Amino acid sequence: MSAVDRHEPQHAIRERFGFWRRSYAMLIKEFIQLKRDRVSFAMIVMLPVMQLLLFGYAINTTPHNLPSAVLLQEDSDLARSILKALENTAYFRFLYEVHDVEDFDNLLKSGKVLFGVEIPRGFERAVRRGDKPALLVAADATDPVAASAAIGSLGMVVQTALKHDLYIGDPPEMPFEIRAHARYNPAAASSLNIVPGLVGTILTMTMLIFTALSVTREVERGTMEALLSMPIRPVEVMFGKIIPYVLVGFVQAFLIIGIGVGLFGVPVLGNLFLLALLSTLFITTNLAIGYTISTLVQNQLQAMQMSMMFFLPSILLSGFMFPFAGMPAWAQYVGECLPLTHYLRIVRAIMLKGASMQNLRFDALALAMLMLLAMTIAVTRFRRTLD
Amino acid sequence: MNGGNGIAIDVKGLTKSFGGREVVHDLSMQVKRGSIYGFLGPNGSGKTTTIRILCGLLTPDSGEGTCLGYDIRRDAEKIKRQVGYMTQRFSLYQDLSVRENLEFVARLYGLRDARGAARDMIKRIGLSGREEQLAGELSGGWKQRLALGACTLPSPKLLLLDEPTAGVDPKARRDFWNEIHALAADGLTVLVSTHYMDEAERCHEIAYIAYGHLLVHGTVDEVIAKSALTTYTVTGEDLNELTAALTGKPGIDMVAPFGTSLHVSGRDVAALEASIAPWREKSGLHWHKSSPSLEDVFIELMSRSKDNFQ
Repeated sequence: MSAVDRHEPQHAIRERFGFWRRSYAMLIKEFIQLKRDRVSFAMIVMLPVMQLLLFGYAINTTPHNLPSAVLLQEDSDLARSILKALENTAYFRFLYEVHDVEDFDNLLKSGKVLFGVEIPRGFERAVRRGDKPALLVAADATDPVAASAAIGSLGMVVQTALKHDLYIGDPPEMPFEIRAHARYNPAAASSLNIVPGLVGTILTMTMLIFTALSVTREVERGTMEALLSMPIRPVEVMFGKIIPYVLVGFVQAFLIIGIGVGLFGVPVLGNLFLLALLSTLFITTNLAIGYTISTLVQNQLQAMQMSMMFFLPSILLSGFMFPFAGMPAWAQYVGECLPLTHYLRIVRAIMLKGASMQNLRFDALALAMLMLLAMTIAVTRFRRTLD
Repeated sequence: MNGGNGIAIDVKGLTKSFGGREVVHDLSMQVKRGSIYGFLGPNGSGKTTTIRILCGLLTPDSGEGTCLGYDIRRDAEKIKRQVGYMTQRFSLYQDLSVRENLEFVARLYGLRDARGAARDMIKRIGLSGREEQLAGELSGGWKQRLALGACTLPSPKLLLLDEPTAGVDPKARRDFWNEIHALAADGLTVLVSTHYMDEAERCHEIAYIAYGHLLVHGTVDEVIAKSALTTYTVTGEDLNELTAALTGKPGIDMVAPFGTSLHVSGRDVAALEASIAPWREKSGLHWHKSSPSLEDVFIELMSRSKDNFQ
């Protein structure tokens, strides 16, 4: 090693803007590390795209080509036109036409069809008389989501078919009790509701894990000892570790919404700037919570487990999977403490209903408070020493 | 700042326990400015803990003192600005390049020109041409240079080096020590922990610590003199037989083989000489009285402290 040149002028130290300078040093370091970690980097793009395509296409709760059977006990024009109309919707695919009740039951029982329509004897005549005859619909309810959605759409389709066949006067008299009502989403396309929800869910998952591992990783790799021996403060470490991922989260949100609009035709009725602003707030809140987790745990495995502990209720109790209003009161209270609950309201309202800041101020405030709470815990929990 | 007394480290009665086990016990020490202070002792003796207390990474349970004139309890942040701490385990970022690691440190300390400072340091530590190599891919010797470069980058007044040369080849070790002496000549105070006796002999002052107790300190000559140890060196045949015969005899505190010779040491000269008398005249054995080596002193201290504290 060459001896130190003793007379070289030493590099001057700046005392001003120390906070920003040190946060910036941390931020640059985190960016470089993220760039080097190719797997994580790929996940930033792959995770939202994969989830979106899976939820958008594969996990479609709207029935599509449901294998169906019809029990035809009357060969009337009306019966034929109802079947034609049903088939034209592409919801149902009639694989079997049977005339015997036993055959019909067996098809359903064996799972060869998920759906059966029974047109009883004397159906056409009864409709003409205005007797409101029963159109028996048998659905395999082992998948309640698919079944109920199919029943819901069936009602509308049959009404439409009857209207076209001019058996009902104007104003049309509804011959069936099956009611289907889907506001903001007339086709009951699940992607319309799922895409905005996915923005929140994917962001929760990725943001949480990115920062939940950040501090424990430094401890496990032994770099924390050197970091603590340098003059950097807990808040500076936190900002340096959070800010790069705000950008990452922004890219993800942009990607999901872009695909949602481009591929699934999800509208963005509200203000894009407002959406971006509140999304940034939500992203930062999740990063702060992830960072808090990393200050509470001992190692990366614990960090992952604790993230899951937070992620599961987020999915179940936020209104992403089940309607929020349908949950018991205690579950709603828990839900109100989760950032995802508030963000789902925000993102759905802005994209699907064109809501304004005025409509969303409560949820925005809740997000901001959760963020500050998490950051406060993180900064106080951050160990300045190795004690 | 240091009270004008030329003392860089001045601590009294430091005590630190982990989970009920006392790792550092009532430790007091003074290190002169611009000196190289060697910290010796067996593994787990509390060297690392002491160093961590000095740079503010650990808070002592009791005891007080100053480091560069700052109170070690209250002014940890000020101490951190002027102390370079080289950890035992490589603690720079493995997935950052040499240049990026140095720039990170430079930015953190607020150096005006972080890139320039990093570039200069790369030249100084002889890592030119390896700027873009990831730190994790460097060999042990290069990592050690980089680590030293990183902790001297912000021009600290005190360097704390925790076993900096463990696992480094002899040539790199010699270069490293030349560098340490050059830095000390510049006025930097260096506290370095080590297991190597040749390194201890290159320090201005040394301290020996075992089981949390600082047993002896001073210059190498002072430490040897304080030990009051008399050593006889024996060469010849059947040294194994001699070892077995002498071990445990009155006045003989230590029998240790050194290559082809045997060191027989004890603090009570009369008893020692009485015990070895029957063997002095034996043919095939050559005895001569010598001054104990630093290693004799430390091994004797270590075996004695084990009796006292364990």
